[in-house]
Amino acid sequence: MLSPVILIPAVLNGLMAGAVYALVALGLTLIYGVLHIINFAHGALLTAAMFAAFFAFTLLGVDPYLAAFLLGPLFFAIGYALQRFIIGPAAHGEDRNFLLVTLGLAIVIENALLYFFRADTRTINLPYAFDVIEIGPAFVAMPRIIAFGAVIAVAAALWTIMRWTDTGKAIRAVAKEKLGAELCGINVAHIYAITFGLGTACVAVAACLLIPTYYVNPTAGEAFVLIAFTIVVLGGMGSIAGALIGGLCVGVVESFSSIFLGESLGQIGIFIMFIVVLLARPSGLFGARP
Amino acid sequence: MSRWQLQLSRRKFLRSTALGATAVAGLLHAPAILRAQGAAVKIGVLHPVSGALSYSGQQGRLGATMAIDDVNASGGIKALGGAKFDPMLGDAQSTPDGGNAEVEKMNAAGVCAVVGGYASAICLSASQTAARYDLPYVVDVGVVDSIVTRGLKNTFRFGPGFGVIAKTALDNLVTINDQAGKPAKTVMIVHEDSAFGAGLAKLLNAQLPDRGFQVLETISHPTPTREFDNVVLKIKAQNPDLVIPANYYNEYVLLARTMQQQRVRPKGIYSVLGGAASSYKFVKEFPEAAQYIMDCNHWFDPKNPKALDLKKRVEDKGQFFTYEVYMNYSSILLLADAIERAASTDRAKITQALASSTFSGHVMPYGPTKFVDGQNQGAAPVNTQVLGKDIQVILPVQFASAKPVFPMPPA
Repeated sequence: MLSPVILIPAVLNGLMAGAVYALVALGLTLIYGVLHIINFAHGALLTAAMFAAFFAFTLLGVDPYLAAFLLGPLFFAIGYALQRFIIGPAAHGEDRNFLLVTLGLAIVIENALLYFFRADTRTINLPYAFDVIEIGPAFVAMPRIIAFGAVIAVAAALWTIMRWTDTGKAIRAVAKEKLGAELCGINVAHIYAITFGLGTACVAVAACLLIPTYYVNPTAGEAFVLIAFTIVVLGGMGSIAGALIGGLCVGVVESFSSIFLGESLGQIGIFIMFIVVLLARPSGLFGARP
Repeated sequence: MSRWQLQLSRRKFLRSTALGATAVAGLLHAPAILRAQGAAVKIGVLHPVSGALSYSGQQGRLGATMAIDDVNASGGIKALGGAKFDPMLGDAQSTPDGGNAEVEKMNAAGVCAVVGGYASAICLSASQTAARYDLPYVVDVGVVDSIVTRGLKNTFRFGPGFGVIAKTALDNLVTINDQAGKPAKTVMIVHEDSAFGAGLAKLLNAQLPDRGFQVLETISHPTPTREFDNVVLKIKAQNPDLVIPANYYNEYVLLARTMQQQRVRPKGIYSVLGGAASSYKFVKEFPEAAQYIMDCNHWFDPKNPKALDLKKRVEDKGQFFTYEVYMNYSSILLLADAIERAASTDRAKITQALASSTFSGHVMPYGPTKFVDGQNQGAAPVNTQVLGKDIQVILPVQFASAKPVFPMPPA
């Protein structure tokens, strides 16, 4: 059972799956890090983006990987508008209200999708979805490799934005000291909305990477968000590097637990890890000590 | 007025009122009969047309509605004055709860029988709900044996159950393996984890060792599953002679394609009720992944002209002639025959007529129906194999159109 023929492909599969989890978690952790709210609508937005990618392919014939370049900006705009015109005004700056508003938004989005597209599980068939690349003893599927590369690219881009651009500096300033940032002339409402937009764009890219090998139905996003919460806690709330490394860890843990515990119980490993992390290191791997 | 006169008049009165009552009852009754003539016969047609099983559900609905159209076109139910079928189409949404809700609605709408269910888990709960209303329920596919062993008087299964299928599958596997010089000794089972897959895996695990096969591992997975990489890795590590998948269409296709992708090629893929293994859709869309796969499954009678005509009509519609289609087509005809003999839409009478059914106008290789405790005794599966771009029957010999190719030739 522990021969390299199994171990190497299992680790690779885990890393590749984990990369996509990490991207979903990146969006979540970014929003948490700046707005200090847990975005309950994250899963519903992921589902909506998956439907968008699905219909871009089936109706317009747009390859999902190309669609990422369209849906990324589109969902950035949607996220920006949601925060600026709905979540922000409705929450009146109260953390508790943020939770309720995003939860309500999730329910509205999911049920709208259910109403329009019904409970059907849909998939797409790409001609190259079953192409493989040989890495040692493993045959790794093409979509996974593309997804892995794309996630690394998005994470690097995000890191660059945060580190080097004025907007990034403003986001970090707001995250650290909201009042101080406001006194320096930073438009906090605008920065909040930009951050929410960036988080939503991450989800849209993740959806485009998922759709070639996954299915979409009105509750498809939920599974990922539960995992993403685990990753955010594991990596440390608000940490980009933490989300990336946490995501990869979770992918590998899931891969191994589905091999040793069975496909139906594959996710048990993740949640055991979640509990262990909460007990042993509540601030996460990269989180600031309280 | 004397007492005598009074008595007489009372007797007269009683006599005349009794006559009158009979006459009035007769008069009232006559229009009732007139109304029944030509009035539609409401039946429920239940399938999981949305959700994870939607493809199978839609195929099932196609078969059922084609049969309903055929019955209506050929003059309806003659014993009811040519009454036409009025189907109430229900969507079980691929869940037992969804099936229950639809049966409740159908009962409220006054259907006289329900046909369908497709998945075992849906059939189990939907037929139980129907039983509460003494509503006759004809199971189209659901194979779990407990569907007919719960003592429900309303539930009839036209097709074969697990017990028969597993026995036939194992007998035929031994025959095929013996003919090839016993190349296969070890087996891995991959099954979905609901009533159908888990039940079948349990049966196979109990019986395979007695037939000289060693079960290396049994892997379960949920429906839907969109990734079989780890399952195939495990198969690769154990390197069994045979892989036995028992799952629904999407997962079956994905498993076969992942095996092809990861270049895992056992001596044979032998499925028992494989969701896609004897599906023309699978063979047409992924001929390489489907090649040489053997299956023990529901199959139409290839020597029955009615079956071949139906196949042509389905294919002319641009649809695939899958087992859901002909199982449902036959189930509706079976119900039509029962209502014909019951000459009534009364639920109890239809149940009685189903129980005593000897219907042979269907398209399956079962012979005339004979129900014992709700199970059609003649129902049996056949063995098929994907050879080239077609699906051939390889066993039983009287229906066979090709000889089995086993073990699979190397790629």
